[in-house]
Amino acid sequence: MDSLAGVRILDFTRYAAGPQITLLLAFMGAEVIKVESRVAVDHFRRAEAAVVFGSVRAAADCFNSLNVNKRSIALNLTIAEGVELAKKLVQLSDVVVDNFRAGVMDKLGLGYPVLREIKPDIIMLSASSHGSTGPESRYIAYAVTMGALSGLSEITGYAGGPPVIMRSSADLRPGTTAAFAILAALNYHQETGEGQFIDFSAREALSCGIGEIIMDYTMNGRVRSRNGNRDDIMAPHNCYRCKGEDKWVSIAISNDEEWAALSRAMGNPAWTKEERFSDQFSRWQYQEELDELIEAWTINYTHYEVMEMLQRAGVAAAPSFSNEELFHDPHCRERECFTPVQHPEEGELYVLAPPWRFSATPAKVTGPAPLLGEHNEYVFGELLGMPEEEISRLVAEKILY
Amino acid sequence: MPKKALEGVKVLELCQLVAGPYCTKLLADLGAEVVKIEKPGYGDEARKTPPFFHDMPDPERSGLFLYLNTNKLGITLNVATATGKDIFQELVKEADILVEDNPPQWMKEQGLDYESLQEINPRLIMTSITPFGQTGPYRDYQAYPLNVFQSGGEGYLTPGGVENVDRPPLKVGEFVVEYDSGLSAAIAILAALYWRRKSGVGQWIDISKQESLMALNRLDMVRSANEGEVITRAKQGVPYGGALPCKDGYTIFITWESVQWDRLVAFMGDPEWANDDKFRDYAGRFKHGELLNALLTEWLMNHTEEELYHKGQAAGVPFAMVYTSKDLVDSAHLKAREFFVEINHPKTGKVKYPSAPYKFSETPWQVTRPAPLLGEHNEEIFIRRLGHRQEELAKLGTAGVI
Repeated sequence: MDSLAGVRILDFTRYAAGPQITLLLAFMGAEVIKVESRVAVDHFRRAEAAVVFGSVRAAADCFNSLNVNKRSIALNLTIAEGVELAKKLVQLSDVVVDNFRAGVMDKLGLGYPVLREIKPDIIMLSASSHGSTGPESRYIAYAVTMGALSGLSEITGYAGGPPVIMRSSADLRPGTTAAFAILAALNYHQETGEGQFIDFSAREALSCGIGEIIMDYTMNGRVRSRNGNRDDIMAPHNCYRCKGEDKWVSIAISNDEEWAALSRAMGNPAWTKEERFSDQFSRWQYQEELDELIEAWTINYTHYEVMEMLQRAGVAAAPSFSNEELFHDPHCRERECFTPVQHPEEGELYVLAPPWRFSATPAKVTGPAPLLGEHNEYVFGELLGMPEEEISRLVAEKILY
Repeated sequence: MPKKALEGVKVLELCQLVAGPYCTKLLADLGAEVVKIEKPGYGDEARKTPPFFHDMPDPERSGLFLYLNTNKLGITLNVATATGKDIFQELVKEADILVEDNPPQWMKEQGLDYESLQEINPRLIMTSITPFGQTGPYRDYQAYPLNVFQSGGEGYLTPGGVENVDRPPLKVGEFVVEYDSGLSAAIAILAALYWRRKSGVGQWIDISKQESLMALNRLDMVRSANEGEVITRAKQGVPYGGALPCKDGYTIFITWESVQWDRLVAFMGDPEWANDDKFRDYAGRFKHGELLNALLTEWLMNHTEEELYHKGQAAGVPFAMVYTSKDLVDSAHLKAREFFVEINHPKTGKVKYPSAPYKFSETPWQVTRPAPLLGEHNEEIFIRRLGHRQEELAKLGTAGVI
């Protein structure tokens, strides 16, 4: 059983943030129809992506990871008839999603007022970087720039060092938030039969993840900045070098009991009894010295060994895992975090399995990302009931292109 | 009263700190009725966590707690006592959703695992949020947010684009991975609720915080899995642009598309060096990123963050500023969008909170009450809802049940 069986989503998104939205819904059984075209190819299918990711295969791999379970149609929206076909598909859909800059769907003739006319209970979510209103609504943004505007870059980095630019997760975080908003609207629709429009701002989504940093300013006027791995209360609280090249383990201690357990696990060296490390507050004040002493111990072991020794003692410790390590890690293996799919061009490719374990309606990977236009026949033939000659004409006239 | 997307949905929360409470806050802010269960005494650990209003440590003044618990009803209940369990089960009977974040096995030890609870409420959707999930060799491992973040792969790559990897991997933000996990759980819950309306059947959902973070880093994950590519902090970052120094701080920009590079060149006033063959196409600029950054910085140093952001965007180049929390609150754009809302709380008065990144045309995000005081709704829930007598409350209180 699929929790979202019977939900159809017309998906105009591209890049990473948008495809993450519909990916999550497709994992749970929604039918996602990705609207693409050779006149405006998803950036992950372009030559630039192969340069950024290192090879054509790597770019295909990234695209695949964001678009499994989906269907693709090649529909040219620069031609009026293409737009009309899109409208016909809206009539058969429950949800429409786009992540264009504000105003682009309107310009295409597919804005919410138009869609509501033809499908009164449609749910439409427009996920732009800055939202559809406000003086900066037309500004362009990517993960890197949104991460900076959200407040995340300012508080991420070594003390005194430059702000850290965010990775692709700064696209996927907002994408995930938008999927939540769609699900809330779907539940409301199920109860009332009503659709609605959701104006979504990606940079705001990232800011919601630093609520306490913002509250420190609005309550106390305090502006927080970069401070490495330090915590307000906990110490030690850092990543420590271990045996091997670029191997690290994270250790966090929040009270005397955990400190005693850590000391014991390290074999109770004399320095752990020094007065400056005798209580939580004092350890926090001398954490730089503390960090050096702890690292002199961790460096003798692999990060896995430190994790096992400390976890046995009841101390919170976990390696700073590389992606490669996670792929081979026994815990991830047992929980089947990675799933292989058969890609028509690249052969077997692993993707990340859905991040939830449902007891009754398991979310799953059912197939690879579609090739561009792979499902033209299904969508226009089966769903819209168009005869084969008509579809051929659309192809010939580059409306299906 | 505006309509609410999750009107009538009843949620029980048995969680502390960030992930679980954020999950139910997301639901409460869209209209679900959330009853937050706290331990008698000090309650949720977040109440002990800074920042505190005016830096006064007080369980009713933690900004973290106040932010994460808007719109909820708060009761105190020790579910580890026999009477506490009975009351908890009464609440479960009436609930649609239970969210808990106890260590795996703890609920089972209490006789409150999904198997037992679904017998008294087969429609219950129970969600368990833990660092590593309910199964697998690490399931019982201890982990604070730093450990979870590092276990999820993003820490190893933070900060990206450094010259060497001599310095340790870093966390991003503060509790980011906890927010990620709460959000991931909320998605699963709403999907299960959607299915339950059709099937009448509840279920148990296992959320691993580690996997919630991995899911956000899938682009890096698959490249290691399929290309065997070893990605490190030294290799990553953007080839050129990114965070570069300017006249009064740092500016941020990236030109993903060739047309944006052309616009950047025009924006800089067409300097001769920019027309060098080396920089003609994306591959060339990628290859000569270091040289390019040096040349760009020379120009950027003559301009302020603010100038680069707004004038750069006007020229069609994706520039940004490194916003502090103050910049966010002062932002004219966020003001126009009413992103910050004032919420009145008895112990702090009016304070500005971030709202939500979604504006629903029919069912707006809204705050109808601030975070609850510890045990604020004991009477409402225990007496008016469950029908206990007023004199029982005092007895339950002294017995340490509530």
